[in-house]
Amino acid sequence: MPSSTEQLIARLAASAEPVKRLRPPLVRAAFWLIGVAAVGAVVIPFWGDFGLFAKKLDDPKFVVELIGTLLTGIAAVIAAFELSLPDRSPAWAWLPMPPLALWLAASGYNCWRDWIELGDTGWRFGESAACFGTIIGFSIPMGAALLFFLARAKPLSPAPVATMGGLGVAGLAAFFLEFNHPIDASFLDLGWHAAAVGLVVAGTSFFGRWRADPGLAGAEKPPEL
Amino acid sequence: MAAAQDGDRAAYERLLRDCLPFLRAIAGRYHRAADRREDVVQDVLLTLHRVRHTYDPARPFTHWLATLARRRSIDALRRRGRVEKIEVFDELSYETFADPAANKEMSARDEAPGLRSAIASLPHGQREALELLKLRELSLAEAAQLTGKSVSALKVNVHRAIKALRAQLKGEE
Repeated sequence: MPSSTEQLIARLAASAEPVKRLRPPLVRAAFWLIGVAAVGAVVIPFWGDFGLFAKKLDDPKFVVELIGTLLTGIAAVIAAFELSLPDRSPAWAWLPMPPLALWLAASGYNCWRDWIELGDTGWRFGESAACFGTIIGFSIPMGAALLFFLARAKPLSPAPVATMGGLGVAGLAAFFLEFNHPIDASFLDLGWHAAAVGLVVAGTSFFGRWRADPGLAGAEKPPEL
Repeated sequence: MAAAQDGDRAAYERLLRDCLPFLRAIAGRYHRAADRREDVVQDVLLTLHRVRHTYDPARPFTHWLATLARRRSIDALRRRGRVEKIEVFDELSYETFADPAANKEMSARDEAPGLRSAIASLPHGQREALELLKLRELSLAEAAQLTGKSVSALKVNVHRAIKALRAQLKGEE
């Protein structure tokens, strides 16, 4: 055995303090989601418009979209926690895809229906820009908290973990947005939503890559011996 | 591994030693050179140490370890690819020394064949005078005795030889 490997093993063993094992990823995801739900339960009553929300609930397409956003958020967060561990299957990344398809299909259908019914007025501009701000505004604190939780696992490939986390956060932000969303989705509105979700996912993904680059983040630094 | 997570250093050291053949086998699949393979093995050991809190004792250890080793091996391949893309192989860089005198010596060696053929092309009298006086470093009197030529004739021959060489080598440059 080369002596440097021998020395390394001796040094690692000498510095092996007891470590606190991570809880199973599903449990950790549940903790985070409960935390977000608790914050949401406090914020939504002040910020939401329940009269409008109740009226929109009569529309089954809206309900489908609402379920789509919520399930995408939950599934992507669970996938992120699973992917943060070295021995979990990369197939977890597919978990949020069915609800994401549901979300996109429902909001796309709403847009199309709007366009048929309203014609050119379906191409409205104005309040949809506020949705963009809302999604970003919800996503930043949620994303920071999620990345903090995920970083505990010190993922070997942070980029897919962060991308999945970003999708989860954007899905949940879109879900919260529905509580105070005066307009039905127009094409432009959907564009703003897609831009906001894309920005959050791209931002977290970039953050993940930045963490993965040893030159920038010091992720490859050997442990303090 | 579970004991190592709880801080049992002896168990941890034993485990790391026992893992080595397994890690070398995996790293060897990606890296043929022995020194590079050993670098990857050490990198895997460091990674294992850093993420040892993520191992769940309810799950198979070898699967966890094999994933670490594979990922780090692939990362090392990528890193190597990146480095090789950036670095330029410059043959001359190996022939340039920090000490200017050493460079001079090296370039003199490089130029020797040219000089040798230039000397060979000189007329016999000039070549003989040059070899005796400049290369073998004999005195004028010794050279005169050896060749039977006069001292002044040798001086003229050496002078002409050097002039001819200078002209020839300058013309080559």
